[in-house]
Amino acid sequence: MLLGPSLTLSAILFAIGVAGVLIRRNAIVVFMCVELMLNAVNLTFVALSRAHGVDGQVFVFFVMTVAAAEAAVGLAIILAMFRHDQSIDLRQVNLLKG
Amino acid sequence: MELPVFYVLAAVIVVSALLCITRRNPISAAMWLVATMLALGFLFVTLGAEFIGIIQVLVYAGAIMVLFLFVIMLLSLGGAPSDMRRWPAWVLALALVGTLALQLLALGRYSPERLAIEYSGIPSAEPDSVFHGSAVLQSQVASHGVVGAMAQPLFSTYLIPFELTSILLLAAIVGAVVLAKRKI
Repeated sequence: MLLGPSLTLSAILFAIGVAGVLIRRNAIVVFMCVELMLNAVNLTFVALSRAHGVDGQVFVFFVMTVAAAEAAVGLAIILAMFRHDQSIDLRQVNLLKG
Repeated sequence: MELPVFYVLAAVIVVSALLCITRRNPISAAMWLVATMLALGFLFVTLGAEFIGIIQVLVYAGAIMVLFLFVIMLLSLGGAPSDMRRWPAWVLALALVGTLALQLLALGRYSPERLAIEYSGIPSAEPDSVFHGSAVLQSQVASHGVVGAMAQPLFSTYLIPFELTSILLLAAIVGAVVLAKRKI
């Protein structure tokens, strides 16, 4: 069935994503690590959909839509950040006002 | 046949994900993320979700990663100095990730058999007699095909969430245009 190994793999992948978010300072790389975590969750949904029906795959569809919307808005925010202080280092981002 | 393919793909996924979070150059990190997502797409096909596998390659490895590469190149971040945090952050990150991984690895012990017994209260319950999703999925795939089996619940049970995603996408388009346009 590959259910146990798939869930273990998704746990490892999610942990790698969290590690990336914690150790990097480049906003784009941090953002890519968030996508990695979303992919790990998708793997969980697909693995469980095999045992419990197609609803898991429908949820993956929604997660992908949200990820696409998030990528568009997130990258626009990163562009605005870069225009504001010529850098996307997360240490620079410590004010809510412009 | 399924098992060796799974382990090869799992190894590719873990190694390229690790390379993705450790490469200094954002472009290399993005390319390793593409490798991760491609392998994950193949893994979805191996797990019997063919449509999701194709969408994964098209949307994630294709569209979303092109958007990332586009922004990286637009900002010309190629020769940037290392953006790794210093060692106190590493220690904290390793401690947090280790704890999280230990908790998440408990997922690997999940089995439909045990859930069926606990859910129905019958010591000899079989998962297929308690949960019918798997049998329904197989009959749907047999009668409607892989895409039809997913379209059926998407446009009936999940119609309202489906319509809501269109509003979400509209809001994202408007938000991205506003953020890119105005002087912030």
